[in-house]
Amino acid sequence: MKKPYSLFIIVSILFCFCTSLALAGEDTIKIGFNIPLTGEIPKVGEESKFAGQMLMDEVNAKGGLDVGGKKYKLEFIYEDNESKAESAVAVALKLIERDQILAMVGPNSSKQAVPAGQVANDNRTPMISPWSTNPDTTKDRPWVFRAAFLDPFQGPVAVDFATKTFKAQTAAVLYALANDYSKNLAEIFQADFKKKKGDGAVVAFESYGDKDQDFSAQLTKIIAAKPDFIFLPNNYNEVALIVKQAHDLGWKGPFMGADAWGNSELMTLCGDDCKGHYFSTHYAAAGAKGATKEFIDKYNKLYGYQPADVAALTWDAINVVLAGIQNAGKITGNVRKDREAIREGISSIKEVKGITGNMKFDEQGDPIKCAVVVKINDAGEFEFSESVCP
Amino acid sequence: MFDSIIQNLFNALQWGSFYSLIALGYTLVYGVLRLINFAHGDIFMVGAYIAYFIAIFILKEATGLSGVATLAMVIPLTMILTAMCGVALERIAYRPLRRKGANRLYVVITALMCGLILENGNLAFLGASRKSFPELLDKVVYNFGMISMTNLKIWVILSSIIVYIALNAIISKTKIGMAMRGISYDKFAIPLMGIPIDTIIVVTFILGSALAGLAGILFAMSYPILDPFMGALIGWKAFIAAVVGGIGDIKGAFVGGFLLGIVEILVVAVFPSTFRDLIAFSILLIILVIKPTGLFGVAKSTKI
Repeated sequence: MKKPYSLFIIVSILFCFCTSLALAGEDTIKIGFNIPLTGEIPKVGEESKFAGQMLMDEVNAKGGLDVGGKKYKLEFIYEDNESKAESAVAVALKLIERDQILAMVGPNSSKQAVPAGQVANDNRTPMISPWSTNPDTTKDRPWVFRAAFLDPFQGPVAVDFATKTFKAQTAAVLYALANDYSKNLAEIFQADFKKKKGDGAVVAFESYGDKDQDFSAQLTKIIAAKPDFIFLPNNYNEVALIVKQAHDLGWKGPFMGADAWGNSELMTLCGDDCKGHYFSTHYAAAGAKGATKEFIDKYNKLYGYQPADVAALTWDAINVVLAGIQNAGKITGNVRKDREAIREGISSIKEVKGITGNMKFDEQGDPIKCAVVVKINDAGEFEFSESVCP
Repeated sequence: MFDSIIQNLFNALQWGSFYSLIALGYTLVYGVLRLINFAHGDIFMVGAYIAYFIAIFILKEATGLSGVATLAMVIPLTMILTAMCGVALERIAYRPLRRKGANRLYVVITALMCGLILENGNLAFLGASRKSFPELLDKVVYNFGMISMTNLKIWVILSSIIVYIALNAIISKTKIGMAMRGISYDKFAIPLMGIPIDTIIVVTFILGSALAGLAGILFAMSYPILDPFMGALIGWKAFIAAVVGGIGDIKGAFVGGFLLGIVEILVVAVFPSTFRDLIAFSILLIILVIKPTGLFGVAKSTKI
């Protein structure tokens, strides 16, 4: 009987210690970062961390965040989830229970954001994933939000943009049968284009298999159907092959792609063939204006390279959390109550001006925001062309 | 409609050329050794990578050289190096097993493993990022009405036909070819005639791998994105083409390759592309059910 008793004492001492720490840090707001600093995609974690660092320094330099007339310093805690689902869950628990954060930013990839979202939701802590595009991350989880638009949103974006820019009345689609992302997007595009332009508007709807390299038969069929443009919701490596082969077969019209095109390897693989075509994505680094340009320049100066979409989305995600805190009106010091207030604060956000577009949230916690359509210019840069809003 | 049929036939000939070139390598080794060399698709991949590194090296070292001159150097060098790779595989993996009198099944499994080693070795040393093959030939697109073809595609088709004619001549006209045919008749009597069986097997691997190297160059020029697993699927399909044509018979491999190319492309042209492999391989299955030895195969052990 001795052992549990001493354990109880230790636990209660620890508990006092923690609460006293929390009380001592009353004037700070703690936000946890659940990001991949090592593992498969360390660059993604690094950019998220740098974006967070930049924003924290900026706010703290001004004396802190103004909540209900009182200034609070920001404190960001960066934890590595090693780009693994199980580590993301452990990190989420650690941030919520030990570090007593008010809100969590991350994880970035859907593979980690889906399980970590469950943890955040069960522990009643607001979470916002900057980068995850899988609908399951936020679905039926009132405590989970995101900063990126969903995959299904891009189909209509392509339809509207092509209608306006190419004056398109007919379209053709070539998609990867074995890739869920590509297949879903192709089907959404087809449904939306048919709805807006009539049943026969999608003149060719073709697919190819895993690891295919020759697309000449599908492209011959597509070109013979004479569409106004070809929609390619495919990964960048396949895009490079398809575009080249289409040009060999005499296609001179435009292509339109989706956010999977947005990889720096696209231009090394595709070269001149891809220039002049368009794709929808989260943000455009080249030719950015206003706040986006300001962010890119600041980031570039501090860290020496151009930030990718994940840095910009993290920046926006943090701003959403901060706006949610300001909406909540006050910090009581009671973590449970504050978390609840912040969740309500985020979901009642009217609109946040973000560098990847302005956003507000629907009942699932997904942002209603504009997508950016990017043109690949003659220098091979992804240049802002226009933003398409839902 | 007529235009698109001609266009598709032309696409099919070009695509079938790759199957043919790779299937010829399968069938040569099988004809002589009764060994299904499953590493052949990966030797093709190695050929493409060798071509890439030689092309990059030449373009960097000799800047004044034109693309065509570079290509003229890349082709023989790649074929020689890929042949060496194939021979090395035979020496390291297949010959020790043959010496120990291992069952043919073990050698086939060894071949599968060699293929995986080549793929993953490439992945480990060169990384997962894909390589972009430089454009050596200035692309010219010829348009005839609705039909368009490029000079490269014409060269691919011509090369596979030339290779077939040359290979046929080697097998049927030269002494080495005679020895190869001899081994496929009777592996045990041939050494008694004073024919060095190991040398003939090495020559077989040289021929087969050099063809895979050539296919690698042409493939890299037509589809200029290289990744470590590019050889796996096309290798399997070429093997199926060789079987449908009648494995062990080079005419069978040549025709089988083009047949598979034509079936794959024309199925897409007529049916929705979702059903391509389903229908294409069902057709090949029916051919095999009707003629289990393949189109040109003979049921006896006299092959090549």
